[in-house]
Amino acid sequence: MNVVRFMVQNRAQVVDLTLEHLWLVGLSTVFAMLIGIPLGIAIAHRPRLNKPVLASANIIQTIPSLALFGFLLPVPWLGERSDRLAILALTLYALLPIIRNTYTGIRGVDPAVVEAGRGMGLTESQLLLQVELPLAVSVILSGVRVAAVISVGLATIAAAIGAGGLGEFIFRGLAMVDNRVILAGAIPAAILALLADVGVGWLEKHLRTP
Amino acid sequence: MPADTATPAIEFRDVSFRVENTQVLSGFNLQVARGETLVLLGRSGSGKTTTLKLVNRLVAPTSGEIRVNGQPNDGVEVTRLRRGIGYVIQDSGLFPHFTVEKNIGLVPKIEGWPQDRIQARVQELLHLVGLPPEISTRYPRQLSGGQRQRVGVARALAADPEILLMDEPFGALDPLTRDELQREFLRLQHRLHKTVVFVTHDLREALRIGSRIALMEAGKLVTVLTPEEFIKSSDPWAAAYVRAFGDGLDAAARRGVS
Repeated sequence: MNVVRFMVQNRAQVVDLTLEHLWLVGLSTVFAMLIGIPLGIAIAHRPRLNKPVLASANIIQTIPSLALFGFLLPVPWLGERSDRLAILALTLYALLPIIRNTYTGIRGVDPAVVEAGRGMGLTESQLLLQVELPLAVSVILSGVRVAAVISVGLATIAAAIGAGGLGEFIFRGLAMVDNRVILAGAIPAAILALLADVGVGWLEKHLRTP
Repeated sequence: MPADTATPAIEFRDVSFRVENTQVLSGFNLQVARGETLVLLGRSGSGKTTTLKLVNRLVAPTSGEIRVNGQPNDGVEVTRLRRGIGYVIQDSGLFPHFTVEKNIGLVPKIEGWPQDRIQARVQELLHLVGLPPEISTRYPRQLSGGQRQRVGVARALAADPEILLMDEPFGALDPLTRDELQREFLRLQHRLHKTVVFVTHDLREALRIGSRIALMEAGKLVTVLTPEEFIKSSDPWAAAYVRAFGDGLDAAARRGVS
């Protein structure tokens, strides 16, 4: 097969770009979790914040990705290095599913269980760490899973601003009208997406309430 | 009853509570003596559960004061207050992701007890509430309703609190299991002499387990009577309860003969 031969011939670059891709997706997903999970918890506990936060995350989601990359390009520190920029944009996109699932997960915990815990004298942080988060963890992780899978796809566009990743092959292949090159980017990207899905899915299953 | 001689375990002083425009509780005065089982009896929405939650400060009064062991209950740190008061609710409120042992041992654990002492305490409590020791590794969903409720009681007793708040603990059980748990509650209370505040809308349950019955209606305390007094009471609300209860039995008996 032509594609396979092309990939084997260019294996060093395939590996490099895959690692770069993984770096973009991994880091942005971690950032999105660091921001999104606390935000989701906050809005689950303070219902008044819930509309503005979810609306903002929704609005970000509606900005076309190429446009978002473009918007961020002139921002001083960010624009200097395109991978920073790509990571920020990917983080923003990953926020919505993570915030929303954290919110849904925490709100879905049986109020009687939370009240029993509070009545037993657990502090609010003990309630969160010992009761609410463990009971919400599988819903939260399914948000992370969606975010990671979307990110793998979106990150291919980061190549348009020179951030690297498997998108490089795709854009190059488009310019060269060469399907082999396009597929050399698309196939590893698809495999990454599947791996992300299976990987987080595995975590989800193992952290769930027994 | 030592209510007049000793400091009451719980005392409500002119307590009222309102949420937005609803007066849930008003002008509420009540003393609960040490070691007694006070039943809060009333229909849904009469303010029983709110009254109970005022004690462990899950609800803060709009005005008035609640004293626990002579001290205003807003004077101590709220988590400290609650750890000294056992709390049992309907459907037990057990943590579904914890085993029976972890459920019962949670308060001792956050109180910093050593692991072996917690384990010994869990076994002691399981025995006390009539559950086999091997149940400690099970999860709540693997238990029957009656077993869950027993675990709920064991959990509330874990750190040996002087006061026990029970909010319709047997309300969701089938009549036979409920009867069994009421009987065991009496046996337990005979041994432990906790101060218990017990919420129910079931007169039979109130008569059976209460040392006194506080009848509530529309956020007010109607009267406080012993079970013997309650049955003979001329108070219209108490009488209405007794009549409804009696009518139910009569009607059931009549169906039997016709």
